[in-house]
Amino acid sequence: MSEPSVLLDVQHLKTYFPIKGGVVRKTVGYVHAVEDVSFQIREQETFGLVGESGCGKSTTGRSILRLIEPTAGAITFDGVDLHDLDKEALRQKRRDMQLVFQDPYSSLNPRMTVRHLLEEPLRTHFTLSQKELDEQVLWISGAVGLSPEQLERYPHQFSGGQRQRISIARALITKPRFVVADEPVSALDVSIQAQILNLLMELQQELKLSYLFISHDLNVVRHISNRVGIMYLGRMVEQGETEEVYRHPTHPYTQALLSAIPKRDPSEDKVRIHLDGDVPNPADPPKGCPFHDRCPKCMEVCKSELPVTREVSPGHFVSCHLLDK
Amino acid sequence: MEHLLELRNVSIDLPKGRRKPPVKLVEGVDLDIRKKQNFGVVGESGCGKSITCSAIMGLLSYPLTVGQGSSIRFQKEDGSEVEITSLHKSELRKLRGKDISMIFQEPMTALDPMYTIEEQINETLRFHTGLNKAQMHEAALEMLKKVKIPRPEQILADYPHHLSGGMLQRVMIAIALINNPRLLIADEPTTALDVTIQAQILDLMNELRESYDTSVIMITHDLGVIAETCEEVAVFYAGQVVERASVDAIFHETAHPYTTGLLRSVTSLGGARRELYTIRGTVPTAGNFGAGCRFADRCDHCMAICKEKPPALTQVAPGHLCRCWLHAGGAEQAEKEAAV
Repeated sequence: MSEPSVLLDVQHLKTYFPIKGGVVRKTVGYVHAVEDVSFQIREQETFGLVGESGCGKSTTGRSILRLIEPTAGAITFDGVDLHDLDKEALRQKRRDMQLVFQDPYSSLNPRMTVRHLLEEPLRTHFTLSQKELDEQVLWISGAVGLSPEQLERYPHQFSGGQRQRISIARALITKPRFVVADEPVSALDVSIQAQILNLLMELQQELKLSYLFISHDLNVVRHISNRVGIMYLGRMVEQGETEEVYRHPTHPYTQALLSAIPKRDPSEDKVRIHLDGDVPNPADPPKGCPFHDRCPKCMEVCKSELPVTREVSPGHFVSCHLLDK
Repeated sequence: MEHLLELRNVSIDLPKGRRKPPVKLVEGVDLDIRKKQNFGVVGESGCGKSITCSAIMGLLSYPLTVGQGSSIRFQKEDGSEVEITSLHKSELRKLRGKDISMIFQEPMTALDPMYTIEEQINETLRFHTGLNKAQMHEAALEMLKKVKIPRPEQILADYPHHLSGGMLQRVMIAIALINNPRLLIADEPTTALDVTIQAQILDLMNELRESYDTSVIMITHDLGVIAETCEEVAVFYAGQVVERASVDAIFHETAHPYTTGLLRSVTSLGGARRELYTIRGTVPTAGNFGAGCRFADRCDHCMAICKEKPPALTQVAPGHLCRCWLHAGGAEQAEKEAAV
C-alpha cells in the first residue's frame, strides 16, 4: 500500500493579533492565538483539530485559508506556497479550498434563494452558461440530499440540519480538494448531527476530499478523523492517528480532556483527572510549558522551559517534559 | 402528597387568535419528583422540555399560557401544598428563589453586567430573609466557598465580565442554592461550557447534592450528562413524554424507538469512521402532529395503527413508562383488525 501524498503542509504557523491601547491606539501587546503549529494533511484524509474554546483551532483553520493573515510560517498546498500568492492567484486557489461554518443560521444570506446561494460560488470562480450552472446546482443539491423544488426557497424556510446541507453544498459546488469544516455540527441536535456527519463522510468518498475538521466535541472528532491534533493555548500538544491518541493519550492535557467526556453509560466506571482553574490568557501565556499551571504532573523544568516535540511511536507526536526522563 | 412536585396533565398553549384553537406546544405531561431526587429531562431542541420547566417556575413568557386542566402541585417546607398554576404573582415571587430556584444555560447573559457579584447574591437574600448587611456579606462569602471559588473576598467585588464562564456558572449555582431551595431546576447548565469545565461543574453539583436536601431537575440534550448525574429520566419528543424510567432502564432496557435512536446516534458508541445510525427526517413542527403517534414518520418499527391512533403512556415494567404501540399491544390490535 503506497502512502497517499501530502496535500497540505503547515510548518511553524504563527498568528498573532495586536492589542491596541492608549490614546493613539498604539500596539501594546499581542494575543498569541496560534503559536508554532505544524501538521500535514494527506490526500483524502480527515485531520481533526480538537481543543477548548480560545485554544486557537478556528484561527488555525482560517490562517490556512489566509482568511486571517498568518504572522509567520509556511503553508504549502498541493506544492504551492500559499504565502507567496497575490490576491488574484489566491482567489483562484480558493476554488480548491473551501470552508464550512459553524452556524448555519447566520452564514447564509437570508435574501437569496437556495439556487442563488449555490450559483454564487460558481459565478465567482468560473464563467459558465446558465445551462451549465443549472446542471451543477442540480448535481450538488442531489448529492447533499436537497430536492429540486427546495431550490427556490429561502434559508429561513429550512431547519438547522437542512441549512447545514446548503452550506456544505455551497462549499463543495466548486469541486474543491480541501475543505475546512469549522464546528459543522456543533449547532445541531444529536439526531441531526449523525445525518450531517454521514453526509460529510459520503461526500469525502465521492469527491475525494480532504478535511480539516475543527471541533470541541471529542466524540465527533474520534468518529470522523483519521488523525487528530490536540491544541492548548495556541500550541499543538499532541498529534497522531486517531485511535492511537484516544487509546494511549500521552500528554497530561489530552489525558485530562479525554477523562472529562461524560460517560456514555451510567454503569461505566470512569476515573476523572481533575483540572483546576481556567485556560490562561493567550495575551500573556505562562513561561515554559503552556499547560504547566494546570498540569497534575508539573515539574520544576516545566515552569521555565518549553518542551520539545518528540515522536513516541510512529506518527504520534507529543510535546511534554515527562518524555525527557 | 408523597412527592415534592407533581405535574398532572400539563399542557402549554400558544394562542392563535380568538377564533382558532391554541396550538399545544406541550401536551399531557405527568411527572413526579421525589424529595432529594435527581431527575433528568432530555430531548432535542423544540421538544418542550424547557417551557415545561419554565411553567414549574411560573415563568412562561407571553403569549404562552398553561392550558386548561393542567395541575402543578408543589409541597412547601411546612408540608402544605400549593397549586402553582393558580398562584398569584406576589405569591409566586415568594416561592421563586426561596423554594424553587433555577440555573440557566448561559451564565454570561444570566447575570446583570451592571452589578457586582455580591450585589447579585444579596438580591435573593434581601428579598427572602431578614439579614442585615454584615450577615449577608458573611452568607455570600460562605456560599462562594461552598461552590469552590478561589479568592472569594475579591470575587464578591468583581463584575460578571471579570470572570470566566465556568466561574460565572459557579456564581449562578451559589445564587440558586443560597436560600437552600427544595427544588433546583438546571436548564442546560453545562452546554455553553468546555468539556473540562463541564466536568468541574457536574462534579460540583453532585457534591453539593450530598450536603443539601435539594431535588434537581436537570434539563439537557446530552445523554452523557444524564448518565453522569441523574437517577430518573423523562425523554421528551414533540411536546410529549415518550419514555420515563430509571436511568439504568433508559440506557439498558430502552423501550421507545426514539430513545433507541438517540442512543445509537450518539457518536461515542462505536469505533471510528463507521456509518452512524440516523433517525430519518426531522421533528414535526407543533400543530402538525397528525392523528397517530408523533414519531411514526421517523420510526423504523412503524405499523398501520401508529399512523391512526396516538399511543398512550403505558407501563412496560415497574416504574418504566413508554408511549409506543409496540409495548401497548398495538401489534395484536392490528392483527385483530386485519383478521376482521
